[in-house]
Amino acid sequence: MRFGIIIFPGTWSDKDCYYAINNIIGHDAGYVWHKETDLSQYDCIVLPGGFSYGDYLRPGAIARFSPVMAAVEQFASQGKLVIGICNGFQVLCESGLLPGVLLPNEHLEYRCQWTYLRVENESTPFTSLLQKGQVLKIPISHYDGRYYADEVTLKELEANGQVVFRYATPAGRVTAAANPNGSVNNIAGIINKKRNVLGMMPHPERACELLLGSADGNTIWESIVASIQGNA
Amino acid sequence: MPVSKETLDTIALSEKEYQLIVELLGREPNEVELGMFGALWSEHCGYKHSKALLKQFPSRARHVLVRPGEENAGVIDIGDGLAIVMKIESHNHPSAIEPFQGAATGIGGIVRDIFTMGARPIALMNSLRFGPLSSPRNRYLFHGVVSGIAAYGNCLGIPNVGGEIFFADCYSDNPLVNALCLGIAKTENLTRARAYGEGNLLMLVGADTGRDGLHGASGLASRTFEEDTGLRSAVQVGNPFLEKLLIEACLELTTTDWIVGMQDLGAAGLTSACVESAARGNCGVEIDVLKVPRREKGMTPYEVMLSESQERMLVLVKKGFEDRVKALFDRWELRSDIIGQVTADGTARVKEGEKIVAEVPVGLLTSPPVYRRRVRSPRWLDELQVLNTASIADISPRKANRILLTLLASPNIASKHSVYRQYDHQVGNNTVVLPGSDAAVLRIKGTKKAISLTTDGNSRYCYLNPYLGGVIAVAEAARNLVCSGARPLAITDCLNFGNPEKDDVYYQMKECIAGMACACRELRIPVISGNVSLYNETRGKAIYPTPVVGMVGLIEDVNKHCTAGFKHEGDCVYLLGCTRVIDSSIGGSEYLQVIHGMAKGNPYIDLGLEKRLQRCCLEAIKKNILTSAHDCSEGGLAVALAESCLLGGIGFISVDLDFEGRLDAALFGEAQSRIIVSVSPEHAWKLDRLADRWGVGMTRLGTVSGKRLVIQGLIDLAINDLAKSWHNGLANSLKWRG
Repeated sequence: MRFGIIIFPGTWSDKDCYYAINNIIGHDAGYVWHKETDLSQYDCIVLPGGFSYGDYLRPGAIARFSPVMAAVEQFASQGKLVIGICNGFQVLCESGLLPGVLLPNEHLEYRCQWTYLRVENESTPFTSLLQKGQVLKIPISHYDGRYYADEVTLKELEANGQVVFRYATPAGRVTAAANPNGSVNNIAGIINKKRNVLGMMPHPERACELLLGSADGNTIWESIVASIQGNA
Repeated sequence: MPVSKETLDTIALSEKEYQLIVELLGREPNEVELGMFGALWSEHCGYKHSKALLKQFPSRARHVLVRPGEENAGVIDIGDGLAIVMKIESHNHPSAIEPFQGAATGIGGIVRDIFTMGARPIALMNSLRFGPLSSPRNRYLFHGVVSGIAAYGNCLGIPNVGGEIFFADCYSDNPLVNALCLGIAKTENLTRARAYGEGNLLMLVGADTGRDGLHGASGLASRTFEEDTGLRSAVQVGNPFLEKLLIEACLELTTTDWIVGMQDLGAAGLTSACVESAARGNCGVEIDVLKVPRREKGMTPYEVMLSESQERMLVLVKKGFEDRVKALFDRWELRSDIIGQVTADGTARVKEGEKIVAEVPVGLLTSPPVYRRRVRSPRWLDELQVLNTASIADISPRKANRILLTLLASPNIASKHSVYRQYDHQVGNNTVVLPGSDAAVLRIKGTKKAISLTTDGNSRYCYLNPYLGGVIAVAEAARNLVCSGARPLAITDCLNFGNPEKDDVYYQMKECIAGMACACRELRIPVISGNVSLYNETRGKAIYPTPVVGMVGLIEDVNKHCTAGFKHEGDCVYLLGCTRVIDSSIGGSEYLQVIHGMAKGNPYIDLGLEKRLQRCCLEAIKKNILTSAHDCSEGGLAVALAESCLLGGIGFISVDLDFEGRLDAALFGEAQSRIIVSVSPEHAWKLDRLADRWGVGMTRLGTVSGKRLVIQGLIDLAINDLAKSWHNGLANSLKWRG
């Protein structure tokens, strides 16, 4: 079981993802340069956070044209797992692998803070070890994190159970005050229809040790491992 | 004299200095040469007014690897084959003119100083000063600076772990924006900014060179503000994405043996980068300005040599390795060009094609005159230090609640959370204690260790007593680190003052530095790097003397770090250190400023007690005796207790404290050398024994309990009410008020 962590120019969560997967979970992860096109040695692709191409034009708008993204689309079309975190989520939306967009935060300020996520769908490969309604403490760090989709898309997402995480209170109540950026329906993470491509704004790789405030992010990596090894 | 006074003014050289250049050179300098002298003999690069004073700082210790002035930043050894690289730098003048870009490029510059040395930057901090937020201009500067720091820093993936923000009238229109960066390196990968080896190549990497930032060092940083308004083009524009690529590419390069050194381009651009690295390596350099890639057409050699375009690096490449180095930069999509070579003749030679446009001995450029002056204490200072406490009405017990809430909401004391949440403070997976505590704590991966980092400097104290203010700045920074469980290891300082050519300002600078040096020696903390920012004046009025102390400490076992918030119901709370109530301790306090509108009095510190207190507290934390420790500073005892309640989300009930003397001094006085600690009841005897052994006073204050802060007979407030004032104070003062 091997994770591939993609590095675009301007990516900065690559090392944190590597640390969480290799040093904390104890699984194998390697780096994938944005010009590479062969992903055959990986079982799960991680698009980490950062400011790919400086977020110039729009976050993710330039990175989606990287050579590696054609390979990622191919990889996803084979039903293999892809997870996009923060800037990675933005890249997935820009490339059309996930519906909707990430707009500038409602208050027009950058936000770095702890958030609480309610698990809305436990039957995905990324949440297989979690319970529905369980609350995870995982931080955000972004300027463009306000999830938005048109009404039709939104209805479809909700009806299909494609909303995987919602911002909530520590007790799991979904309230306006618990929404850090103005995302529609408090959406923090969504999955595609085929349930093999996940995008989320919060950073699970940062919630990897109690010393740093939370180890809840590990459950997501562990779910991925369990799903893949269970299938194998 | 063939040059006009106006020309000399543009580059901030005096006529006397010009004569000296002619004498040393044996001829008149040409335009390019004069520009190079102006830049390198500026205060910013040459330290001509401060060098003699800075020699007082102790900078030697067994763990110090690189001392001030030797390289781009100071370096200490922390064991396990690891080194910490640290520096603080000002970007005050650019930020006063264009706050967003000024603050942003301040981050860019200090980060380059760190990775130039082969260290990965792992923490940023900012020490900021503004005028009162009641003025629209100050609110504009505040918003611009904070968003500039966020925009640039967040893009780099380096956590910004806080610092300090302070407001006073003297900073109106003249904000101080000091940026600190700390990096970590394997000792074997440390890289020097030295040019040596005849025939080795000078490679310029990163951004193209434009006309931005001309005269930044000599112009902006060497004159006062009313002269600055026409100098907008002297402010540079930052590109953090390019900087991020430079960080990764240059750090990759430091693991090879293809280069002899690396130097960033900061103040005075190519001129200082080439000349300073040649000076360090005792050699000469020759560059061709035609080989420098330009952003604009028609740039003269003078403009190319003095441009301060951002995100550029000078790499000193071993001859024969240039193709490999170039390939590495190509992979990161960074432009790199060979612009010259190292020579053996000790001369800085600038060519435009075949034509020589400047030729000056390196040694002359890097040896500006050093000024020492004799000045006396200004008379107004004596008057300022006399505080007749009898003329100030003491508080009545029933007003104590209201005054505490007012102080908690005042911008200097209120939570800075609304600022820090705009900075990414967690990237890197190392931040153990987030911004807002006495000091930030970052663990060091692969070891049990952690570092603790703080910036400090109460400029009101320095205004009232420059010498003791300097002592207190160092003592309080060390106390902050000790409260987190760290042993202080090293200082980087940023010295912000007015125009040093004025006697009063020179006196303040001289005394502050002497006081800081005294505290450094007494507490045994070496100064490893620093920066001086002078001419901080608007309309002839200087800022408060503002030395900012950035300090790093080491925690041997990260699991034994300590924080300021109360933890457990029933823990006993003690005041360690100076336990007497001193009426004069309201002098210079936040209370006197906010409630009585007065900056008067004479701060006081007993360094002997301070040293014993810090040793005692550190030992208590190492032995797992304490559950919390919090420095008692701005706002005094009542504010410190409130902060420990707020940070811990739990209340406090005092014993009958039976204060002697003034109530305001007891609650809000700012006597130094005080730490509020909590300890579980069964360990209290151990603390008692330690305090006794170190000869440190210890007074029982009360017990951690409930959801209210209660100081019997004086204060009784719900934590929620304290929180409203403290959390919203800063946001409320930023609100639009027509």
